[in-house]
Amino acid sequence: MSLSDLQKKVEAGDFAVTGEIGPPKGVNVDKCMEEAEKYLKDTCTAVNVTDNQSSVMRFGSLAGCRMLIDRGLEPVLQMVCRDRNSIALQSDALSAYGLGIRNVLAITGDHQSLGDHPQAAGVFDLDSVSLLRTLSLLEQGKDASGGELDGVPTFFKGAVVTPCSDPIEPQLIKMEKKIEAGAQFFQTQAVYDIKQFETFMKKVEQFKVPVLAGQVILKSVGMARFMNANVAGVQVPETLIQELKKDKEATKSGKTGAAICADFLKEAKAMCQGAHLMTLGWDHIVPDIIAGAELQ
Amino acid sequence: MLVSEMKPHEEVLTLLKGSDNVYLVGCNGCAEVCQTGGPEVAAELADKLQKDGKVIAGTTNIDFLCNKVLAGTRLIRDIDSINKADALLVLSCGIGVQVVASVVDMPVFPAANTKSMGGAPGLWPGEEKCGQCGNCLLGYTGGICPITGCAKSLVNGQCGGTTDDGDCEVENDRPCTWAQIYQRLKTVNRLDLLKNFMEPRDKSALLPNVATRKTLYWAVDQDVSEPAATEGCE
Repeated sequence: MSLSDLQKKVEAGDFAVTGEIGPPKGVNVDKCMEEAEKYLKDTCTAVNVTDNQSSVMRFGSLAGCRMLIDRGLEPVLQMVCRDRNSIALQSDALSAYGLGIRNVLAITGDHQSLGDHPQAAGVFDLDSVSLLRTLSLLEQGKDASGGELDGVPTFFKGAVVTPCSDPIEPQLIKMEKKIEAGAQFFQTQAVYDIKQFETFMKKVEQFKVPVLAGQVILKSVGMARFMNANVAGVQVPETLIQELKKDKEATKSGKTGAAICADFLKEAKAMCQGAHLMTLGWDHIVPDIIAGAELQ
Repeated sequence: MLVSEMKPHEEVLTLLKGSDNVYLVGCNGCAEVCQTGGPEVAAELADKLQKDGKVIAGTTNIDFLCNKVLAGTRLIRDIDSINKADALLVLSCGIGVQVVASVVDMPVFPAANTKSMGGAPGLWPGEEKCGQCGNCLLGYTGGICPITGCAKSLVNGQCGGTTDDGDCEVENDRPCTWAQIYQRLKTVNRLDLLKNFMEPRDKSALLPNVATRKTLYWAVDQDVSEPAATEGCE
């Protein structure tokens, strides 16, 4: 019943960094595994593997997580409620435990109509809150119907929250529900405005639960503007967009994005328990971020 | 015709916790046929609630509560009594509850669960829709249905996709149902209801008879020492 490194680290009050990989559509997973090993193994405590993110069908999170373990990395299994009913979610959670996975992140999931299979059924038998509660039940040796388990798993259960949502109250109410349902840590949606993040952290201080500040690495001016227009609860300040405009080469190479992220984390590290880096394939800039934010 | 059944009385009392003064609204349409509405059932429920210590601020029975114009016109006649109440308890299908919630700015709770539309979504189809889920949640959601309103039929609050304008992530031209529920509960000063953990929906209420679903693995999983398993073989 050993604790995950991520759990040990955040519960000891240390600053933890998590990375994220999105497996490809297809079976050529070597590239993303190699990059994870090369750039994330020494810089991140654990690495999320996304679960058919954006409702686009891909190589699965469960297998991706196990492949990370094989390479000496600690995974965070993302589980969305869109594609599986409560039987499959519980079964996969047990399977994950059997494969050595301890960190599980419970998410409702984007609607299927937003991805590349709009014709597919959306299940949503459980939601993020009831999935967390179900994982807690499994840890107590019971399934969702009250049946006894033969062998009981333990997880380090995570959830997500959007710090820049307006109004923030529904987020806080749901965050509290997630904690009551068993959430032990939170990874946030991307946040860029340190003042906004500080305000949010003051509001959630009362919950006494570790929060990892989410960072989507800014790759271009177009991407920043697109997120502002289309991604709920994400606001890239105009000053950062100007920063990205300044030196096109530096932006293209990832230097600007890494510097923006490092600057944010330098200030944020005193406010929260970690950072969650969503590099969208740019794992190679993670070492620069860690160095720039003086996290190691 | 809509088919509904009364909620367990304990559940009604849980919903009415903190609401000492209750106004009853009954439906004389399908609900009367199902015995979840109509003057007799409303009077019976009023009696029960009084025994539980509630004050009944008044009762109105309306022919077809799904008719929003009629419901609004009738309720306004008794607005003084309604204003004295802490909450309205509605004896009807889910559509009736939604209609009442849309015409009064007060906490509205359902007394019944809607099981089936039986072919017709009320006799006066309006914009309110009932998902016939068999376990009416409208008491926790300010009379706005997340089963038919939310693209994911979520029961524990809004997902991460609600846009900055409070719209749905799927159809940007319509409001997020959970954002509406939040606003509504805020208006009636009952945000506490949003904090309730809602159990996953019990889909078995919607299934056909077990006899049509039996398989070999189902049989193997049955405890044959239980007499129930051999029932029908004698």
